[in-house]
Amino acid sequence: MVNLTIDGIKASVPEGSTILQAASEVGIKIPTLCFHPDQSIKANCRVCVCEVEGNRLLQAACAMPVFEGMVVKTRTPKVLDARKTILELILSNHPQDCLNCIRNGNCELQDLAQEYCIRENPFEYKVRGFEKDFSTPSLFRDQDKCILCRRCIEACSVIQSVNALGMEGRGHNSMVVPTLGKALIDSPCVMCGQCIHACPVGAIGEREQIDEFLAAVANPDKVVITQIAPAVRVAIAEEIGMMTGEMPMGTFVQGLRQIGFDHVLHTNFTADLTILEEGNELLKRLKEGGTLPMFTSCSPGWINFCETFYPDLLDNLSTCKSPQQMFGALAKTYWAEKMGIDPSKIYSVSIMPCVAKKFEAARPEMNDSGYQDVDLVLTTREIGRLFRMSGLDFSKLPASDFDSWMGKYTGAAVIFGASGGVMEAALRTVYEVVTGKTLEDVNFVATRGITGIKEAAVDLDGTVVKVAIANGLANARKLMEQVRAGESPYHFIEIMACPGGCIGGGGQPITKANVKRVERIEAIYVEDEGLPLRKSHDNPEVKTLYEEFLHEPLGHKSHELLHTHYHPKNKKFL
Amino acid sequence: MMDYKEIIAQYDGKAGGIIEAYHALLREFSYLPEEAIVEAARVFKLSTAEAYGIATFYSMFSVEARGKNVVRICESAPCHVAGAADVVAALERELGIKMGESTADGKFALEFTECVGQCQATPVITINGKPYLDVSPAQIPAIIAEYK
Amino acid sequence: MAEEMRIVLRNYGKIDPLKIDDYLAQGGYKSLEKARAMNTADLIAEVKKSNLRGRGGAGFNCGMKWSFAAGAQADQKYVICNADEGEPGTYKDRLIMENDPHTLIEGMAICAYAIGATQGYIYLRGEYPFLVSTLNTAINQAKEKGLVKDFDIEVRSGAGAYVCGEETALIESIEGKRGEPRFKPPYPPSEGLWSKPTIVNNVETFANIPVIVEKGADWYASIGNPAYPGTKVFTLTGDINNRTFFEVPTNATIREIVFQFGGGIPGDKKFKAVQIGGTSGAFIPDALLDTPVAFDSMSAIGATLGSGATFVIDESRDIVDVATRIAGFFEHESCGKCAPCREGTARTAELMEKINEGRGSNKDVALLEKLGTVMSYSCLCGLGQAAPAPVLTTIKHFKADYEAKFV
Repeated sequence: MVNLTIDGIKASVPEGSTILQAASEVGIKIPTLCFHPDQSIKANCRVCVCEVEGNRLLQAACAMPVFEGMVVKTRTPKVLDARKTILELILSNHPQDCLNCIRNGNCELQDLAQEYCIRENPFEYKVRGFEKDFSTPSLFRDQDKCILCRRCIEACSVIQSVNALGMEGRGHNSMVVPTLGKALIDSPCVMCGQCIHACPVGAIGEREQIDEFLAAVANPDKVVITQIAPAVRVAIAEEIGMMTGEMPMGTFVQGLRQIGFDHVLHTNFTADLTILEEGNELLKRLKEGGTLPMFTSCSPGWINFCETFYPDLLDNLSTCKSPQQMFGALAKTYWAEKMGIDPSKIYSVSIMPCVAKKFEAARPEMNDSGYQDVDLVLTTREIGRLFRMSGLDFSKLPASDFDSWMGKYTGAAVIFGASGGVMEAALRTVYEVVTGKTLEDVNFVATRGITGIKEAAVDLDGTVVKVAIANGLANARKLMEQVRAGESPYHFIEIMACPGGCIGGGGQPITKANVKRVERIEAIYVEDEGLPLRKSHDNPEVKTLYEEFLHEPLGHKSHELLHTHYHPKNKKFL
Repeated sequence: MMDYKEIIAQYDGKAGGIIEAYHALLREFSYLPEEAIVEAARVFKLSTAEAYGIATFYSMFSVEARGKNVVRICESAPCHVAGAADVVAALERELGIKMGESTADGKFALEFTECVGQCQATPVITINGKPYLDVSPAQIPAIIAEYK
Repeated sequence: MAEEMRIVLRNYGKIDPLKIDDYLAQGGYKSLEKARAMNTADLIAEVKKSNLRGRGGAGFNCGMKWSFAAGAQADQKYVICNADEGEPGTYKDRLIMENDPHTLIEGMAICAYAIGATQGYIYLRGEYPFLVSTLNTAINQAKEKGLVKDFDIEVRSGAGAYVCGEETALIESIEGKRGEPRFKPPYPPSEGLWSKPTIVNNVETFANIPVIVEKGADWYASIGNPAYPGTKVFTLTGDINNRTFFEVPTNATIREIVFQFGGGIPGDKKFKAVQIGGTSGAFIPDALLDTPVAFDSMSAIGATLGSGATFVIDESRDIVDVATRIAGFFEHESCGKCAPCREGTARTAELMEKINEGRGSNKDVALLEKLGTVMSYSCLCGLGQAAPAPVLTTIKHFKADYEAKFV
């Protein structure tokens, strides 16, 4: 242990700790901007500088390791002056449109400007004048707001191994740009949106579509329906000042009705359906020697990644659409029929933890219903804004049930929201299908958790099925390299583009640290445990769907509506 | 003219060799074409984004096409006080372009540079890296003529 | 009367740099042989005892640096020669490499032996492409003669980035990346090139090594200023009669450099200021001319010996204009990684332009002082820390020149 003094308080910390870590042990919070708890130390903003006795230079607290007897001062006039000047420098070329900014109220720079009471800036205000990039349907970039912390580059290159972002230029002309300085849509970007979480300010965000939603609600000819992804409920609470997981489902449904949805249904319904289709697809490949390992296909960021970097392995992907898109196709066929609603009047909105879903909904082939299957995708953050706009008091709202035919779900669907959930849900069903026995303990704990790559071997009465689960695309890449080399030992691989799975998706409340992802994962499994039905094939509405409409998994109707194909993206550079 | 892939291949396997490869490309093409950056990324196992970041960091590299003969004039303090401004005017006059531009025939590019380490003989210009010392405005036409 | 003393330039003009036999005839490579016969701890102790301090500008005790690398456990270590020489007004390293490349190779080889390195690099600034073949010829000749067994040296070119003179930025550049400095600690002797223990020393520093090994630490330590012994090469530019170079013991004064060796100001004009150490050095007024040039005595007057570049300005010069051009230099050369340097150098240049063009006021000067002071202790690396010096020292000593330009 190393003993040091910080602002007169004695601290004792393990060897190798930084000043920042030591300070937080004794209740001293040193401000930071480029620091990120799940990334490498950057020490480039210099906001965390403090005085270390014996050194003329101020030291970055995030990077400086402690030594025995170190005397640190974090709030001397010299330090406060330095911090203020550095903030003034950054603010003097930062657009001053907080009121209109997507991160107003949730911005690390704004917080510091307030904490340091920066009222007047001695430096002349001069914005750099870049054009905003709206080239993708999922994200926008606003380079004028970039403070060059480089957290997005690390998220994109190290955590996601996509490398769509990098540095251009030097000095005051340097900027974070998509590859070769092109528009984002021309880069390898897979639209996972992890860069949004990494960004401390409003330099990257989702393509907000609240106006489209409000217009649809205002249109008397439109029947506005919604499906909610499993990862949304646990996190929506965070958008309105509640604790993770604290929003009861019934209240959430009521809230959605209040903001204008005519019918509230659930993506969990089609998640259960996906298990039936995909589970049978896996069994078919296992029996008939089809392409293995089979990859899951519900994460559009992952699909984009596969189409971009592993176009030679597209045959390994399950042909199942994502639950969002299965829902979209059924809503304007099966559900419209059941409800006696003219499908041309249905405006189908999905609420997703994901920004890549905005791209997925707009894929030209996603129109098997005869219409665009999903008309609009709103992220958890956008629903949060709509809730705040509505002023609803969720502590007082009465609960409401989902609507019929596509609103029931099991715990197996809920766990889709966490990495390993699709795998566990599939195993719960496949086990019973293959062995003919009832699965007593539905918990496949080996699939759970935030670990980047997980594996398990499941004994289905003599048949051993080897599975792997990756979350985060750098981890996915490791498994893909194995597959490409012909060395993969697995039969079935679940891949989620986002660390932790969908609960950490690009559309979720801004997620500053992996500990938050872990909290959301816990809430998911708590929800699963509390449900009466926990196996997809027990979903009564899914049973009805097959009886009355689809007839059998992988049947003709399923192929028409619930399955898809993929295309190499042919990016010219990676 | 050597193929850019051949040029880059010469440095394959050299640890950190992308900068040497870029220098070699510059000797051939005078700038770094996009395809060359993409190929360099592939050979040195970097992302294209990283390879681009390296190409745009260093003053000597350019990702925009420019004149074949790169004429640079030093504008650091010792050359500045020795009368670099007059040499700048002479260069702009002789080449018919402004600082930062290339001639229409693609023969010359005109750029500022910071100190090139020939401060015993200020002002200094370089052409394709070759220094010309104690340069006066009057000498410019003859110097440029060597490359026409 | 101070006198020149040529240690690093001992062979200047006496040998053909492309003929190793000339160097050998001058006693070349005998020091390497002598060093290899010593045990490494004794060798390093000798270098340390000589009190040779880095000649690139940082002035760190060379032997002490080597001892850190020697003590580190690793399967590979590196010796790097910093031949980036980007400091405007400086060309001393070019003189050494152009005229006596073997002294550099011998110095590096001695270091390699001392710390246990088998691979070396010379990071040669991109603006000296004409020296690549000179250095490679020398390296190959030494190899062919079997003089540098177990030590390979590769020449790598810079590509026009002053910041790559900073040792960690230089290391990043050899690794094939953007030349952006790393935060320290860790320091290169423990984690440097490809995270291995690395010694980065300046050309002039290495050029001293063979002589120190030959003549001994005591001999070297007795030359010039005891706290910063030996000699220093000065390159003189600006308003000076002898626009050339000299190598003098470190107890010479600034006055001797400018007026004795430099021959004073042309045209009988009066001296105004001299900037020593390069473009990041302090501007020193007349009143401080009797300061000895050694590292510590310069620090005491708020200046630096740095690279030894000596840039003289006469009374007719617009010193605000000169400082403005220098501010433009730093704006251009900032790597952009850390906020106070990236933004601070741009703002400094902007404010200096404003004042220089007659649109400035006292408020701008006060802001420059505040900004420069903050930069000097909060920037990530030496570039940002030193960049404000020319502006701060000209404001301090030549305030009237600034005021004369106010609106």
